[in-house]
Amino acid sequence: MSDATIIFLQLVIPVAGAVVCLATGRAPRVQRVCGVLGSIAALMAAVLLVARVDDAGVLAAQASGWAAPYGITLVADRLAAGMVLVAALVGLATAVYGLRDVTDGRLPWTFYPLLHFLLLGVQGAFLTGDLFNLYVWFEVMLVASFVLLTLGNGRAQLEGALKYVVLNILASALFLVGAGMLYGKLGTLNMADIAIKLQDPSEVALLHTSGILLLAAFGLKAGIFPLFFWLPASYHTPRVAVSAVFAGLLTKVGVYALIRGYTLFLSGTFEDLRSLLIWTAVATMVVGVLGAAAHFEVRRILSFHIVSQIGYMVLGLALMTPLALAGAVFYIGHHIIVKTNLFFVGGIIEEMRGSGELGRLGGLYRNHPWLAVLFFVPAFSLGGIPPLSGFWAKLAIVEAGLEAEAWVATAFALGVGILTLFSMTKIWMEAFWKADPRGEEAAARTGARKPLAPLVLPAAAFATITVVIGLAGGEMFAYAMRAADQLMDNAIYIRTVLGGLEGGVP
Amino acid sequence: MKGSFILEGAARLLLPWLVALSLVTFYRGHHLPGGGFIGGLLAASGFALIALGAGEGAARRALRVDPVGLMTCGLTVALVAALAGLFRGGGLLAGLWLPVWSLPLIGDVHLGTPMLFDFGVYLTVAGFALQVIFSLLEDAA
Amino acid sequence: MNLVLALCIGILFTAGIVCLLQRCMMRLVVGLILLGQAANLIVFTGAGLTSGEPALVAEGAKVPPPGAADALPQAMVLTAIVIGFGLTVFALTLLNRARETSGHDDLDAFSETDRI
Repeated sequence: MSDATIIFLQLVIPVAGAVVCLATGRAPRVQRVCGVLGSIAALMAAVLLVARVDDAGVLAAQASGWAAPYGITLVADRLAAGMVLVAALVGLATAVYGLRDVTDGRLPWTFYPLLHFLLLGVQGAFLTGDLFNLYVWFEVMLVASFVLLTLGNGRAQLEGALKYVVLNILASALFLVGAGMLYGKLGTLNMADIAIKLQDPSEVALLHTSGILLLAAFGLKAGIFPLFFWLPASYHTPRVAVSAVFAGLLTKVGVYALIRGYTLFLSGTFEDLRSLLIWTAVATMVVGVLGAAAHFEVRRILSFHIVSQIGYMVLGLALMTPLALAGAVFYIGHHIIVKTNLFFVGGIIEEMRGSGELGRLGGLYRNHPWLAVLFFVPAFSLGGIPPLSGFWAKLAIVEAGLEAEAWVATAFALGVGILTLFSMTKIWMEAFWKADPRGEEAAARTGARKPLAPLVLPAAAFATITVVIGLAGGEMFAYAMRAADQLMDNAIYIRTVLGGLEGGVP
Repeated sequence: MKGSFILEGAARLLLPWLVALSLVTFYRGHHLPGGGFIGGLLAASGFALIALGAGEGAARRALRVDPVGLMTCGLTVALVAALAGLFRGGGLLAGLWLPVWSLPLIGDVHLGTPMLFDFGVYLTVAGFALQVIFSLLEDAA
Repeated sequence: MNLVLALCIGILFTAGIVCLLQRCMMRLVVGLILLGQAANLIVFTGAGLTSGEPALVAEGAKVPPPGAADALPQAMVLTAIVIGFGLTVFALTLLNRARETSGHDDLDAFSETDRI
């Protein structure tokens, strides 16, 4: 199989999956099987891509053979390929987790087609080599997420969706303005081509307007301070399968766009914005974790932690050393797995007790020790307890911060880590450790009323992955380091895209 | 919701013409202004007029197929057209053309995968627009 | 023409932002639409305006005539209009549902999801 075909497959499989799921909408059983099989195919294609990219360096594919910068370019470097793999993993887990909600009739049949469309948008955003196409993939992702978010039509859900939709449409408008102005100045939107044009410093001064607009647009998608308000307002309202895939993937696409931007097509403006980015990252961490401390419902607490963790990733980007970037890349991968898993577990708790309010929970450890293990692994990985994956991610960021002598930011990163741990302990104590507020008898009566297998299976798989990443941290981190080296030196990326070279350059 | 008698009559008269016009617009779109998107919207507007005049139930009956089914067909057609280029080695979306032949009245006929892709767009857009319009009217009723 | 369009863009942005800041739900939609149009116009004018020289390749020629308009912003703005159309339609449906469920269209009353 040619390299270009492998890249195209990442997009063709989700489209095909969505079409098949649409066509089989009237036969729910067939559709569910197709939905899961489609995700498995996507995962296999993603594994193939990572293996090939890690060998070859950077791969590029031009749709219908039009050479860059005129055609539609798709590029896969180590960062993009890694993200594609993790996204495909989340897609599969969510497809399995959704089985239960869809069978119960709480999610309509449109869930599977939409999930595949969402993944199409996400994979497209990771692989595209063109700013305008990035906009289009963002919109594909956004439209799918709009519809997914409103499946169910509860009052809180509509309210959350309202905020999500309005602020994201606003971000799209900003993105479009930024891209339009950039095109007006440089006459190109191919990311590699922009990077070349910006090597001339006199062009950079003109870039600041569009650069800031793009920063605002990406930042809003990523949920950085002060643009994150839509996130905790909406992520706890939809069905669990939906909010898990959102929590795992969507904000990380924004972070990915920021990383791609400041290492490639906005790299000329980075130096001027470095301190802004560092302080934004610190504010994001602190505000997120304080917001989490103020809440007492599982999914709301977790939503605020997404914001807080985004801060670490942006800090890694803002420090811009190979180690810091590797830390950010590793952090993204770790966080996607762990956060999706926490939402899965939160969903199982809600499923068993009918509520995610900490005050009404309790005694889960006593009655369901297996659930306690499932929660313990991702929660304390998020808090950064060794040897789980979060420890290595935080360690890399903190070490990079010390190396770059960013003392204050590093101190905040450590402090926020402790508060994160406090917040996870809060859920642990309230939901698992304390006695069931309904009394012993009621607690013993409830429990798994129906088979929970589709819910537990993905959660258990992700917990295993978290432990494996933690134990095999060296291997994973080496990959992140190789990805960061590519980001620090974008010459290979540019050469592969514009040189029209078949295959990759190591 | 019941619309006006005049609108309903006019819509029924206009429907075949709008659909025909949409197909012409779609066909000339490959070399001249027009294309699948605008064609799909034109076709949808014909059924939307019926929906406004005689209610969305009547429009659904006039359409005969489910709008979502239309979208599914459109996506399938577009996907097949996009993949054809990939299998012939030109990359995703690469155009493959049949030899040009001539017809009286129409002139030279260019048929190929870009046209097929555009037809997929036509169906998808028509299906999407109608699905939205129908569900909005259902809500309003 | 450039000046007229620049003024249009400015007015559209101003009006859009004013509408977005209102409490009424309908104005929110109008604001989003206006902002979208302003963004589209910026993309459209991004590469400068060329009047009367469409980027159409003449019969038998291989390239468009010299001095023809840049076709790329037009293609981009078309895509953006299509996307904007979809987003607007969705926002309208959603606001309509939200208004029916809550029975009013005061945006300040939608504070349940921000409550601590």
